[in-house]
Amino acid sequence: MFDTDAAIPFTLNGRAVAVAAPAEWRLSRVLRDELGLPGTKIGCDAGDCGACTVLIDGETSCACLMALGQVAGRSVTTIEGLPVASPIARQLQQSFLRHGAAQCGICTPGMLVAATALLAHDASPSEASVQDALGGVLCRCTGYRKIIAAVMDVGRPVMAEARPLAGKAVGARIDRLDGQRKVDGTDVFGADAHPHDALLLRAIRTPYHHARFTIGDLASYQRENPGILRVFTATDVPGENCFGVIGPFADQPVFAVSETRFRGEAIAAVVGEAKTIEALDLAKFPVTWEELPAHLTLDAALADKASLVHAARAGNILVRGRVERGDVAAALAQSDAVVEGVFETGFVEHAYIEPEAGIARRVGDRIEVQACTQAPYMDRDDVAKILGIPQDSVRIIPTAVGGGFGAKLDLSVQPFIAVAAWHLKQPVRMVYSRNESMATTTKRHPGRMQVRVGANKDGKLTAMDFAGDFNTGAYASWGPTVANRVPVHASGPYFVPAYRALTRAVHTHAVPAGAFRGFGVPQAAIAQEQLYDVMAERLGIDKLEFRLRNALRPDQPTVTGQVLGAGTGIRACFEALVPHWQRALKDAAAANGTASVWWRGVGIAGMWYGCGNTSLPNPSTIRLGLKLDGRLALHQGAVDIGQGSNTVITQLCADALGAPVDSFDLVAADTDLTPDCGKTSASRQTFVTGKAAQLAGEALRRQILRLANAGLDATLDFARGKVTVLDRGVAHDIDLAALTRDGRGYVLAAEETFDPPTSPLDGDGQGNPYAVYGFGAHLVELAVDVELGLVKLLKITAAHDVGRAVNPTLIEGQIEGGIAQGIGLALLEEFQPGRGENLHDYLIPTIGDVPPVESILIEDASPVGPFGAKGIGEQALIPTAPAILNAIAQATGVRLRRIPATPDRILAALKEARA
Amino acid sequence: MFLQPASLNAAIDLLAQNRGRLLAGGTDFFPALGQMAVRDPLIDISRLSELRTISVGAGTIRLGAACTWSEIVTAPLPSGFDALKEAAREIGSVQIQNRGTIGGNLCNASPAADSVPPLLTLDAGIELASPRGLRQMPLAAFIRGNRQTELAQDEIVTAVLVPRANGDLISHFSKLGARRYLVISIAMIAVAMKQAADGAIEQACIAIGSCSAVAQRLPELEAALIGSRSVSDIAARVTAAHVAKLSPIDDVRASAGYRRDAAIILIRRAVQDCFEKRAPSVGR
Repeated sequence: MFDTDAAIPFTLNGRAVAVAAPAEWRLSRVLRDELGLPGTKIGCDAGDCGACTVLIDGETSCACLMALGQVAGRSVTTIEGLPVASPIARQLQQSFLRHGAAQCGICTPGMLVAATALLAHDASPSEASVQDALGGVLCRCTGYRKIIAAVMDVGRPVMAEARPLAGKAVGARIDRLDGQRKVDGTDVFGADAHPHDALLLRAIRTPYHHARFTIGDLASYQRENPGILRVFTATDVPGENCFGVIGPFADQPVFAVSETRFRGEAIAAVVGEAKTIEALDLAKFPVTWEELPAHLTLDAALADKASLVHAARAGNILVRGRVERGDVAAALAQSDAVVEGVFETGFVEHAYIEPEAGIARRVGDRIEVQACTQAPYMDRDDVAKILGIPQDSVRIIPTAVGGGFGAKLDLSVQPFIAVAAWHLKQPVRMVYSRNESMATTTKRHPGRMQVRVGANKDGKLTAMDFAGDFNTGAYASWGPTVANRVPVHASGPYFVPAYRALTRAVHTHAVPAGAFRGFGVPQAAIAQEQLYDVMAERLGIDKLEFRLRNALRPDQPTVTGQVLGAGTGIRACFEALVPHWQRALKDAAAANGTASVWWRGVGIAGMWYGCGNTSLPNPSTIRLGLKLDGRLALHQGAVDIGQGSNTVITQLCADALGAPVDSFDLVAADTDLTPDCGKTSASRQTFVTGKAAQLAGEALRRQILRLANAGLDATLDFARGKVTVLDRGVAHDIDLAALTRDGRGYVLAAEETFDPPTSPLDGDGQGNPYAVYGFGAHLVELAVDVELGLVKLLKITAAHDVGRAVNPTLIEGQIEGGIAQGIGLALLEEFQPGRGENLHDYLIPTIGDVPPVESILIEDASPVGPFGAKGIGEQALIPTAPAILNAIAQATGVRLRRIPATPDRILAALKEARA
Repeated sequence: MFLQPASLNAAIDLLAQNRGRLLAGGTDFFPALGQMAVRDPLIDISRLSELRTISVGAGTIRLGAACTWSEIVTAPLPSGFDALKEAAREIGSVQIQNRGTIGGNLCNASPAADSVPPLLTLDAGIELASPRGLRQMPLAAFIRGNRQTELAQDEIVTAVLVPRANGDLISHFSKLGARRYLVISIAMIAVAMKQAADGAIEQACIAIGSCSAVAQRLPELEAALIGSRSVSDIAARVTAAHVAKLSPIDDVRASAGYRRDAAIILIRRAVQDCFEKRAPSVGR
């Protein structure tokens, strides 16, 4: 029998340990905080995500569901000890790396532990066995297919592609350059960065959608809770108590003042020693609430005389967007056919497996914030504003990011820990619980879109009239971006001669909606691609043929009047799907010839997406330095959130310079060390930062060639102390020691900036909003159980024009991961504020929910992108949901206008159709 | 305080002295805790050997309350337990199955508790221990409502007891969820039946979960199925009237109306699948 004072003895990673920690603590916390093994990740504290999977006597358990005392006398194996405990684990790690099975890396330890347990019992498991064994670990990045492949291939010799020679990196399937630490479990995420002496901060949050409040007697509260070092409220914010990603719209307080506008908004924070703060019952914080009426829906917020969420925003409209070209009313009136519909989507949660976390420390008159983020320079500027200090007094050091997908563009923990550390002059950390992460961070905007589409008998689109309202929640966040992106994209990648798209971002008392992979374009595509299907049916034209007839040609203007020219690859994407479409239709028809409750269907949808900011500057700057030892320092400030920018940008720079990727040392994002590469969003890092890296590589190459007086096609060899330039058979050695070193110690350096050439949109939304668009089309094969409304996905074939596939493995990873999120959007996911702020009520796809994916990479080079490359991050998600919905309609004759298409909604639609 | 008694009697004493909380697999305890620190004394009963044995006796099959789902799945049990094993394999994930216990699932008394429908079809009882000694009651009486049981403050569920004869039934379990793994059921059905030599149903036990505050047997339907000897006939005998007494709710997983509609389909299919386990040669 144990009491709390006895040390708990057990075997940890093969070694006997005795841990003097409270025996009732969760094992996960003890492993991480007491034993210094942060490879075991905490994603939910509820057994819903499996990130904390460890082996107990060889069998998997969630470490968050076990008390420390329960492992007394047992053997615990974590990711840190896995390679020693099991030779197969080492092979698995390499297989994960080779297959690109680790993206952000936050789920990777749990996946590896679970897979090791499987392989101990079954050396060559079937796909179904792998799914059964790994079904308890959620991944939000990969779409799981590469994880399945990595486990099933583990027994085979690793066919490592040799690191490509100089000039051959672009196009090579090289392993992720930062991948080893992801498969080792040693990557440092937001919650892993803290030193032992850090104080812990927890926020006091409102339980109401809308409320007025009065904070009570803090002095006596602190007297009763002497462990609280300090309580922070709005009056403690040294600078402006206001932040927001788009300066002119910034409206979100660090701590609310007298009124809270959404459930979960913070009003105060308590800071102290971790054990003390964890033991507090935050419900006892002295505050008096007065619940106020709340608008949660578009209808409520838009009703006549609805009260205002923000006094200065009339009608609860944050912003309107508009693109108009030609006379839509006339064109629709003259069209042979017009179809219309209203389509609705809900809030969608990013559900990355890493809840927000970080640490702040004051260093003299500067503040350092080390947290998970997608936008270090934006964080820097807002933290400076909040603290009332100059921007260069703030240092943002992004940790590894365990998934972002847009929500980690906005501040989360940073304002709280920065304010606290500034005052207390001690390191302060904060880790969001899953509940806190889901309740308070941004969501995908719910959309309600009313759309009319016209076409003629020849199958040519004539006009589209689109009106969309988007629930932007209580604060602005990226609402303006959604309102402006949607009108530019709502036509899809087609030639639509007459076009009008009007949007509104509408405030409600819901959690702020912000950026989520596509900024509203996925919602618009759900409406547009379904209506195009309806139109094809109306005209009696094959749905793929209809899209081919209308696919935007390089010489045709977009709805903003831009003529894209070379690199307009949408037609190629559709053409690549033709044989798959024909085969799939045949398969479905054959299956439907047999009596079954499972009705087969095939669906298709197209997509386009502009890379980078809409008509706004968004430069990236890359610095490249040659060191005395012949190695290259790449100051690469684009945050790799799992998508692979650390690898892809190095590949681009390497080929531009003419050096092998192995000769590069990455200087990762850090506002003190790396120039601004902008935010990791808008599918811009490969394109914009990649281009800056290409330019920097070329600039350094020119410097080297000049020193050797060599021709442009000379080859370079980088060695310790010298660079050898081989020019038409003659070798010139450049003695690096003879060169002057700059302040950073570089003997040669280049710094280049790229800002995509765009033009402002005029009053009608006409202009060149993007320099590059990515294109794609997905084909979905599925079956619907027409008695239960269940959907079984059979296969997804995805064709994407990526311009140039810089690293095909990473691109496939983006496509498969985007598809998995598209599946969730279409079939599973709807966040309802106050209901199910956890990962067992809010369901994202598991390893058993993503079918085989066949990716077809089209390389219709962009004249602007680096080596022709375009973005893929958001492009990958957009067509999945509409293609699924089109396939459901083809299978059943029922079209879902409200998503997600959950079994109850599908069955209700079927019943309505039969009635 | 964390207490790890060495025997059931010690656990009963500790519980009586400390009024603490019992901890077994922890798969419901820790999620419910959220970010709160543990305040009550914890009494860990997950290793008590008295609670961890599975035995097939002459009259009763006894499953120790602290047996995990993984242990139940691999235990040599007769066909009547197939449905329970199928349910066990659908609980959460392997990680959850390795920790979660049958007794914990019953005490948690969720309307979506996966083990309850299979155990109801087997007329399972449970055994409780306290300073007053042992008592037994039918499972159907033990679970009173949503998260409510007959468990007294000082009691420990020690075992699940199934009449030996019911072990020989043919059984089947079916769970409807919105995704493949880690899913709380929208509805679930357990069937246990006995067929005559010619395949005709002699005895049918059917329970449905997640469609009312407590999973329940469907006695009218069970009676209506007696004598059925084909899957098409089974389909005809399962009617909407048989699920009329359910009281499903609207929640984040599905609407009440959907649950009602789906229940009929699921029952029909589950009975048919169970029927075919025993009699593959019987025609449709």
